[in-house]
Amino acid sequence: MKSTDVIEIAEPRMTLGDQFFLPQVLVGLGTTMKHMLRVWTGTDRVIQYPEERREDIPVVEGGMHRRSYRGVHRLNRDEEGRVKCVACFMCATACPAHCIHIEADESPWEDREKYPAKFDIDELRCIYCGMCEEACPVDAIELTSLYDIVGLTRQEMVFDKSKLLRVYDETQEVEPI
Amino acid sequence: MAYTLTPAEPEQFDAQSTHGDSDNLWTLNFGPQHPATHTTLRIVLELDGERIVKCLPHIGYLHSGFEKLGENLNYNQYVTIVDRMDYSAPIYNELAWHGAAEKLMGIELTPRCKVLRTIAGELGRIQSHLLCIAAAGLDLGALTAFLYGFNEREVIYDIVEYMSGQRFHTSWTRVGGLNMDLPDEEVFVRMVKRFINEQLPRGIEDIEKLLNRNRIFVDRTKGIGIISREDAIAWSLSGPMARASGVARDIRKDEPYLCFADNWDNQGSPAVNFKVPIMTTGDVYARYLVRLEEVRQSIHIIRQLIDNIPGGAVNVSPEGKAVLPPKSQVYGSIEGLIQHFEIIMTNRGFIPPRGEVYNCIETANGELGYYIVSDGGNVPWRARTRPCIYINYQVFPKLVEGHMVSDVVAILGSVNVIAAELDR
Ligand code: SF4
Ligand code: SF4
Repeated sequence: MKSTDVIEIAEPRMTLGDQFFLPQVLVGLGTTMKHMLRVWTGTDRVIQYPEERREDIPVVEGGMHRRSYRGVHRLNRDEEGRVKCVACFMCATACPAHCIHIEADESPWEDREKYPAKFDIDELRCIYCGMCEEACPVDAIELTSLYDIVGLTRQEMVFDKSKLLRVYDETQEVEPI
Repeated sequence: MAYTLTPAEPEQFDAQSTHGDSDNLWTLNFGPQHPATHTTLRIVLELDGERIVKCLPHIGYLHSGFEKLGENLNYNQYVTIVDRMDYSAPIYNELAWHGAAEKLMGIELTPRCKVLRTIAGELGRIQSHLLCIAAAGLDLGALTAFLYGFNEREVIYDIVEYMSGQRFHTSWTRVGGLNMDLPDEEVFVRMVKRFINEQLPRGIEDIEKLLNRNRIFVDRTKGIGIISREDAIAWSLSGPMARASGVARDIRKDEPYLCFADNWDNQGSPAVNFKVPIMTTGDVYARYLVRLEEVRQSIHIIRQLIDNIPGGAVNVSPEGKAVLPPKSQVYGSIEGLIQHFEIIMTNRGFIPPRGEVYNCIETANGELGYYIVSDGGNVPWRARTRPCIYINYQVFPKLVEGHMVSDVVAILGSVNVIAAELDR
């Protein structure tokens, strides 16, 4: 490293006023008061969740960008409302948390061979990395912008096929495929 | 003289201590569950009154087998795990890991990717330093500074969420690129500019006003936990810990990577310009000031890059068989589909050369490196971490000895211990 790349920083000089405790305490108090005023003038950064939500705020103001957010999964439907997935197991292979469980079966439809008879995602085990979405070759699995899901039991948080399709029905308007 | 710590068994803390009047010594268990240890770590202190005679850190309370997982997950999947090591700023763990993986596979990133990674890395540095600076106040009872620090961190989460999709454990990098390009470059630039030009400087100023010349803070940190330059080198400290003791070393200057290297875009662009702050006192106060200055230097680096993010692809070309082809090719062409399957299937995947590689980057806490041994398979044979916090933490017993119990938290905060990286 060249010596010109280095700057040596000096400790801030303590003035006589700083030697006594009080002046600096007052300076500190002034800083906190300034912040308090911001609350009254509405320029603070508090969001009154859940009345205000980040989805409704513009992204530059600290809002959420729905398209890129990685939340709960959904299974997409095709034009005829059938599940799009072809049970190729790519998502289950790519998943670092091993939380996707698929059972493939012969499809009842003419245009493809396989379809998932069962499709479970353990949403508690999932780390929401989005690798399943990247791995899917037919755009069947996607991560939505839902994040406030709750369940009373662990079993409830294992989302099965019908639940994942329901997530699609609920989110397809705000997030088209 | 080198300092040696004889490994002591817990029984040695019984009555027959070696230190003088052993009747008056008593043992204090600090942690594992203590708010000031930040994470789960245990320190056994032997006290003479309130003065620390001996300190014995116990680690392993947060051991989660990260390195072993690295041998079972492929080069892309493991990025989700390295995120969770030094979680004060997950992004630079990713840069270090994929830097190593790309070095192994001999991949040269696109200029756009380099710039985005550099900006993200500097945001990560600010993120981590804000935590450390703010928590330095918190540990000593100044809660307000902590809140201001976290106010600014929140904005970094927003930016990171926008570019990667998740607020915290971003899993943003991939071998040869990123998991996605910026959704909208203009919005991203506006967010970052607003942050570095308006929000962050004000936040930093507030913290400075509260702490820098506050006599209570200065008295509690000055002259505490001193480590000399020779010792810092002998203990192989890195990052702000070393620089506060006068060691002028920064990987970004000494072994430049990404945009810190000259000619990073193959069109002769010079390396980004910044200065490395050092101090010579080597105490807690010096580490605090060095970190504060590094935040300013990071702002300076981002300013140089944010206006000229190069266009073009963010991932390297899929020809090299390391990145997934774009979705349009996967859906539209059979070649794209085959290549897509090739990378994901466990019996295909990445084909790195056999060999060993070490790559390190300068993170907020020091030199974080990954040492990969590859047997040519889809997963690394061994993925060793060179953990900066773990190595910095070794010197901790030496730092606290002779100080008061209440100084332990100040010193611990200045080392910026993150137990998840300590234990791995
Ligand atoms: S988001 Fe990641 S962890 Fe969750 S199911 Fe998809 S691949 Fe697995
Ligand atoms: S990758 Fe897509 S098509 Fe294949 S099993 Fe998963 S969801 Fe179904």
